[in-house]
Amino acid sequence: MVATEKPDSYQVVGTRPIRHDGTDKVTGRAGYGADYQAAGMLFGRVLRSPHAHARIKSIDTSKAEALEGVRGVITNADFPQPDDSQVEIGEGATTSARWMLDNVLAGEKVLYTGHAVAAVAAIDPHVAEDALDLIEVEYEVLEPVMDVREAMDENAPVLHEFLRTEQIASAFGGGEMVGAKPTNVAKFLEFKAGDADAGFEEADVVVEREFTTTMAHQGYIEPHNGSAFYNKDGHVTIWSSTQGAFGVRDMTAGLLQVPVSQVTCEPVEIGGGFGGKIGIYLEPLAALLSKQTGKPVKFTMTRQAVLEATGPTSGTYMRVKVGAKNDGTLTAAHVYLVFEAGAYPGSPMGAGAMCALAPYQVPNAHVEGYDVVLNKPKVAAYRAPGAPASEYAVESVMDEVAQQLELDPMDFRLKNAAVEGSRRPDGAVYGVIGNEEVMEVVKSSEHYRSELQGENRGRGVAMGFWFNVGMESSAYASVNADGTVSLSLGSADIGGTRASIAMQLAETLGIAAEDVKPQVVDTDSVGYTMVTGGSRTTFAGGWAAYESAMDIRRQLEERAAAIWDVDREQVSYGDGGVTGPADDDGNERSMTFKELAGQLAGSGGMIQGRADVNSMEAGPAFAGHIVDVEVDPETGKVDILRYTAVQDAGTAIHPSYVEGQIQGGVAQGVGMALTEEYFYDDDGRMLNSSLLDYRMPTALDLPMIETHIVEVPNPGHPYGVRGVGEVPIVPPAPAIANAIADAIGLRMRDLPMSPRAMLEELLPDED
Amino acid sequence: MQALKVVRPTTVAEAIEQLNEGGDGARPLAGGTDVIVIARARVRNIDVLVDVKQIPELTAIEWNPDSGLTIGAATPCYELYGNADVVQHYPAIIDSATLIGGTGIQGRASFGGNLCNSSPSGDTIPTQIVLEGVANIAGPNGERSVPVEDFCTGPGRNVLGQGEFLVSISFPAPDANGGARFLRFIPRNEMDIAVCNAASAVKLDGDTVRWARVSIGAVAPTPLLVQGAADALVGKPLTDETIEAAAAASRDAATPIDDMRGSIKQRKHLSAVLTRRTLEQAARRARGEDIPSVGGH
Amino acid sequence: MTDRMIVSATINGEPLEFLADQRDSLLEALRERIGLTGTKEGCNDGNCGACSVLMDGRLVNSCLVMAAEVEGADVTTVEGLATEDGLIPLQQAFLEEAALQCGICTPGFLVAAKALLDANPNPTEYEARYWLAGNLCRCTGYDKIIRAVLKAAEA
Repeated sequence: MVATEKPDSYQVVGTRPIRHDGTDKVTGRAGYGADYQAAGMLFGRVLRSPHAHARIKSIDTSKAEALEGVRGVITNADFPQPDDSQVEIGEGATTSARWMLDNVLAGEKVLYTGHAVAAVAAIDPHVAEDALDLIEVEYEVLEPVMDVREAMDENAPVLHEFLRTEQIASAFGGGEMVGAKPTNVAKFLEFKAGDADAGFEEADVVVEREFTTTMAHQGYIEPHNGSAFYNKDGHVTIWSSTQGAFGVRDMTAGLLQVPVSQVTCEPVEIGGGFGGKIGIYLEPLAALLSKQTGKPVKFTMTRQAVLEATGPTSGTYMRVKVGAKNDGTLTAAHVYLVFEAGAYPGSPMGAGAMCALAPYQVPNAHVEGYDVVLNKPKVAAYRAPGAPASEYAVESVMDEVAQQLELDPMDFRLKNAAVEGSRRPDGAVYGVIGNEEVMEVVKSSEHYRSELQGENRGRGVAMGFWFNVGMESSAYASVNADGTVSLSLGSADIGGTRASIAMQLAETLGIAAEDVKPQVVDTDSVGYTMVTGGSRTTFAGGWAAYESAMDIRRQLEERAAAIWDVDREQVSYGDGGVTGPADDDGNERSMTFKELAGQLAGSGGMIQGRADVNSMEAGPAFAGHIVDVEVDPETGKVDILRYTAVQDAGTAIHPSYVEGQIQGGVAQGVGMALTEEYFYDDDGRMLNSSLLDYRMPTALDLPMIETHIVEVPNPGHPYGVRGVGEVPIVPPAPAIANAIADAIGLRMRDLPMSPRAMLEELLPDED
Repeated sequence: MQALKVVRPTTVAEAIEQLNEGGDGARPLAGGTDVIVIARARVRNIDVLVDVKQIPELTAIEWNPDSGLTIGAATPCYELYGNADVVQHYPAIIDSATLIGGTGIQGRASFGGNLCNSSPSGDTIPTQIVLEGVANIAGPNGERSVPVEDFCTGPGRNVLGQGEFLVSISFPAPDANGGARFLRFIPRNEMDIAVCNAASAVKLDGDTVRWARVSIGAVAPTPLLVQGAADALVGKPLTDETIEAAAAASRDAATPIDDMRGSIKQRKHLSAVLTRRTLEQAARRARGEDIPSVGGH
Repeated sequence: MTDRMIVSATINGEPLEFLADQRDSLLEALRERIGLTGTKEGCNDGNCGACSVLMDGRLVNSCLVMAAEVEGADVTTVEGLATEDGLIPLQQAFLEEAALQCGICTPGFLVAAKALLDANPNPTEYEARYWLAGNLCRCTGYDKIIRAVLKAAEA
């Protein structure tokens, strides 16, 4: 793609128009998945396992089926049984169809508390719930494995008899089986750069620390839902709040074993995803029950089930060792990561490993990672999957190294900053990146330079990195006679992407953002579009919009040439209209976009632009955060006094929504850092599966979050976009940990740094 | 939610009859912020909800400078902090009323409901205890009154018998030289169940403590009235030492459990910290200082 | 078993009789019986505020109100906020300040913020945060929501 310097002359990019779907969303009119209504609709409910690990001996649904008002009951056995082929599940990840089905409805075993066992459809939601009580399941309870280090032990109970360790070379792509015995260790990843042992020998200071984190949930406010209507011709229509309608289509078709053309996903609004609404849970149940009953079926999930049975991100055990010379030069690093996969393989360990050292030039590095199954829910992507944990560990150690060397933490980071041409330990070489620029803005910011006063107060900084992804997006744009453009997109709009994509189309055509009418359409009405995830939607969707606008521009030039009866080559599009050669009177020919749009119908017909882009490259994102905290040493509570987030966005298309992504990522990172965790008892039951006890930050827990957007345009995108959504969740936990250390001299190495955990460190041992 | 009916009596007598008829499956419905959640979770049998809010005395607030305050058991928190007399004379009640749940919860949740839910961590109960609250109960055998500190008998259990329900809670008139304060500790700044909570009330004669009550919650099967804390203070000047002695008495009285909301070590420690903090602030209120309920910690 | 009843209430200014189940919460009745789906379910136990409505002018979590209890009551949902003249200042401020991302918490925040400004037309930042602490948002970090509420208060 053409490299772009950011011009000063953008008309639309960088402005803050009101989002096109805004009014619907402030008036209650916007239709989310659970808002689906249809005459004769049945209500679905799911029976879930009370056990973390058990063999299902039998399921008797007869009493439930006999209950008045119940129209259908299904179990795993009612699905066509899959082979062991691999299927795509978005963002490049794959799983086996068997695992996917077994996670939707348990097969031979239940593998975590809350694992779905049976599903019911009834004429009334209360009746459907009553029916669950009548389903009799006989379990042979097995010992659960709840700790990732215990799960690696060769004497641990094994979840999957057929599982063997696979050695992989990167987060993206397959590997080879290296294990011979049944194991819970699904994957092993290792990469080396230079000679780590020699690097540590060279070091004047070496710091090695252990860290743990617990599972943390995406915490979207909208629970999962899935509705379906199976028509008599075999065609299935699905309404589901998802980050990727095409993915839901493909996965549901896969489990139903019907061609994808037989499934249509309707574009409903989605109430937050953060990676957790890429997979499928309820859609196949709704589809199969609709097939059985002939009625539309709507499933909504309870909050308890959301927390217990949909994917959080992995809990981890980590060790990080960093060596540096007295002048602050890094000499070596060793990173050892063990990630919980949950019940089926597929933690973000690989991405965590690749991100761990990403902001730095580390001449000698050794990185190892393990993906381990245990009796917890199958993890799902969660905003920069894997990076918050591994970078928390690394950034905490970096801070300690800087402290031991008595160096300013930003000077230390700047000295070792990865720049264009730097090679990451996994082998990737950076193109144009904004890492150093972000560090400089952090260092020179008013916040960083200000004096922090008061007892028990401290300041911390941390950096963050995330790859961002490109992948496939489509757009279809049709010019209307009134000079507007209707833009059809396949990307779920979770945070203002109708606006940010429409703005790139508007910029390209030289028209106002308000003159574009972006719509998210169903999977039969636009080309294939990957998930809204990977910080890719404004990047790839915007690129597709740009290409479709260029397609329109070419056609408009041709049309103007025809209208003026001049050579095609003499007409060009620019500044919101076409210009052509001077007429016989010497007047330059020109028409605005609006004028030409009004003449299309009478000059050959309306014009449409279309595009499908598929970039395997994206612009990496770096972030640097500064936080001031106050610790109450008597209660262990950490209050955030001030927060500043600096981030390279490439180009901020709609700065308000870029700021919003940064602020939202910070809030989630703060929750991960301080209050959010998964509590299990010894039997593997989750004890805090409510929003009362799964403690996400409230408005009272956060200050205003200051943002500084750095713009180092991505040369691989027509408008320089990098993608902004994920990286801001990465620095908060280490920044806060470093701030706590600055405040009271205590290094917290386990997340969350809850008051309970803090007091454990602060109070003397019980007598 | 299991199959149930909602009935809406308009008199105390009618409510007693409906509760009595309904037996174990009948439960009063005040603000519903606990009982609806319990019914929905099907953790215990509830097949009749007796909505007591149509009974006038259940939502009344009566203040008299001589006899004190009586609040209907179902009076929602927002009515309490919207009442000038309660705000002026019982700031500790406002402490509790403004801390419970979010604003939407406070639109429904009541002191009576919180007491009858009888959770060890109920955020109004220590306040009711230190303010010498008396629970006024009606039932098939007539009316009776029980001091709030004797009301709860275990987690989720209390003295209410078959067909009985809580009509109101009475508090004596405040002392001119008295003050009370409620605080709780939670991991977030709002919305959580207390890891530990505490209320203290003192009446001062100059620097000397004439009377004191300290109550701590979430550290035992029921909220506790800590007699040892009062003993450490009464008749003595309020000093760092006497306050520390009262705090130590709370720590000793606490017999908490380890659960996902807090550890034993944490809760015992917090009982002392919150006892000290509430005592200090209760004394400041007793001396006429205005300590706002929220944002003042 | 279903056990239906007829409830008469005023919903968004209009008198309405609707059929509901004895077991229905106000939230379930609004969404599944009446078809007013603007009010959202996030947790169903009073801990997220997505189902906030005004009942007789008072902010409540509609998941913790039984449908039977709204007999004779006056209920306002997000659908009832805008007037014949258009969006109210709060709604406009949410749009201008980009105070929503996914939008699922927005109805609850608007209703709760409306109740705030009705009770306290000039809240401080702290008062706004305190009042709105029962409404969870997972997208915005609250910054732009609080700014929008404070801006609407100035309008």
